[in-house]
Amino acid sequence: MQPVGAAVPLRVDIAEKIFRSAQGVSVTALQDLSFEVRQGEFACLLGPSGCGKTTTLRILLGLDKDFSGSFQLPEGGSNRIAAVFQEPTLLPWRTVEQNVRLALPKGLRTKNLDGLFDTLGLAGMRSLYPAELSLGLARRAALARAFATEPAVLLLDEPFASLDERTAERLRHLLLTVWSARPTTALMVTHNLREALMLSDRIIVLSQRPAHVLGMFDVRLPRHYRNPQVMSDLLRSFHQKFPGVA
Amino acid sequence: MTAPDTGDRTPGVAAGISSQSGLATAAAPVLTIAVSLLGLCLLWGLAANAWPSRAFPGPGQVWQVLLAEAANGDLFCHLGATLGRVAAAYVIAMVFGSVIGVLLGSYRRADRFFSPWVILFLNIPALVVIVLAYIWFGLNEAAAIGAVAVNKIPNVVVTMREGARALDPGYAEMAAVYRFGPLDRIRHVLLPQLQPYLAAASRSGIALIWKIVLVVELLGRSNGVGFQIYLYFQLFDVAAILAYTLAFVAVMLVIELLLVQPVERHATRWRRRPA
Ligand SMILES: Nc1ncnc2c1ncn2[C@@H]1O[C@H](COP(=O)(O)OP(=O)(O)OP(=O)(O)O)[C@@H](O)[C@H]1O
Ligand SMILES: [Mg+2]
Repeated sequence: MQPVGAAVPLRVDIAEKIFRSAQGVSVTALQDLSFEVRQGEFACLLGPSGCGKTTTLRILLGLDKDFSGSFQLPEGGSNRIAAVFQEPTLLPWRTVEQNVRLALPKGLRTKNLDGLFDTLGLAGMRSLYPAELSLGLARRAALARAFATEPAVLLLDEPFASLDERTAERLRHLLLTVWSARPTTALMVTHNLREALMLSDRIIVLSQRPAHVLGMFDVRLPRHYRNPQVMSDLLRSFHQKFPGVA
Repeated sequence: MTAPDTGDRTPGVAAGISSQSGLATAAAPVLTIAVSLLGLCLLWGLAANAWPSRAFPGPGQVWQVLLAEAANGDLFCHLGATLGRVAAAYVIAMVFGSVIGVLLGSYRRADRFFSPWVILFLNIPALVVIVLAYIWFGLNEAAAIGAVAVNKIPNVVVTMREGARALDPGYAEMAAVYRFGPLDRIRHVLLPQLQPYLAAASRSGIALIWKIVLVVELLGRSNGVGFQIYLYFQLFDVAAILAYTLAFVAVMLVIELLLVQPVERHATRWRRRPA
């Protein structure tokens, strides 16, 4: 048992995750995958497509219990876990605001969300249905839902996939803004190295399937120093450390 | 990031002045329906004039009977009795059929086991169920309504099973991650996804149920439209038979227009404003 108030990290120690199809074909998705994310740290899981990143997040979210190994989630806030899925996954029959409020614990249902909606540029969209939003707006609503719950840990699965680069860049800045307002232990899946270097404190580099950790890349620089010049230096040193990785 | 495409704006504009344009667009189909029904009455009147017979009364005679039955109160008393049975059987069939259907659609093993049962019940003639219900449970209201519901439940099960198979697991997973309570899951995740299937089951359900209710009344009740039709059949009074039939059809039409369609429009409002 951890004493109250201690900084509990996100600790992942998955020995093995095997998918077995009905035809008897088995695919080993994860093998000896272990890493830690410190309390209040923003980490990125970087790995090639199909290596098992989504599988890892699904295990941490409790959606897949068929694996060997263990993990430990941080505590604090509403003691909840929040997720931004690969798709926005908003309920199409509920408005943006209802979608956000439904995700809140009963006691927080009526809390004031003006600040959050303002920050994410959703103030005028609260009463719209998801079908009326562009993909960029829908992803912002998904971010709003995740942050509104004041989670103890935040898991994001390629939250900026299939957006044009300008929209993605704007959303990355929005994500940083809401995250900085309440730094939460976060683990974000991506296969975009630039994105990882811009957002994270630490990059966890994964191998091809079955995924295990190739190494860590710490970005100690505060985010507002990461200008284009610094970013290209970071890129260079990343490539020096992980020559084979994109 | 509103869409600059003007095509996208039209629905929003239309919604803004819906009170006026809504009336205009609603009036056109109603007019068509009225003209069409009037034409049918006219044709009926002509045919009844060409072949005058006690077994084939014209619309005027039927109208007279209708007025007389309405004046002495019998009409409303029997319509009410039938309507009550239809409503009770409908609610029971929808509730049980939906629960069973969703369970079968969600658990493949249970579905494989119970599938033959569903097929069996689908193919038992309504009359058999009614007769057996009266024999086993007596000539009472519960047996009557139960028999009608049992006739309808397999249809609802089949439709709702399809609905459950079409559920998107992504929404259920989102609800699990964000710890939705069981009631919220049903109300905000499950039912909206099942809504088109519920609507389909309801529609075919009401039509089927009211026809079976008449048989149930004919065989074992002492009021209701079915009972009256049987009575007038023995008296060979075709005008009265038609009067009761048309009165009940009219009631069902009004329910469709004033209850079913508005409810459906409300349930699908999020669909009508595409981005
Ligand atoms: N339900 C499943 N049944 C069988 N195999 C699966 C299942 N889900 C995933 N896999 C396999 O496990 C491997 C890892 O999948 P996963 O979705 O975790 O990859 P990913 O790293 O998220 O990829 P991407 O970057 O493309 O999203 C893949 O090879 C995939 O084919
Ligand atoms: Mg993935």
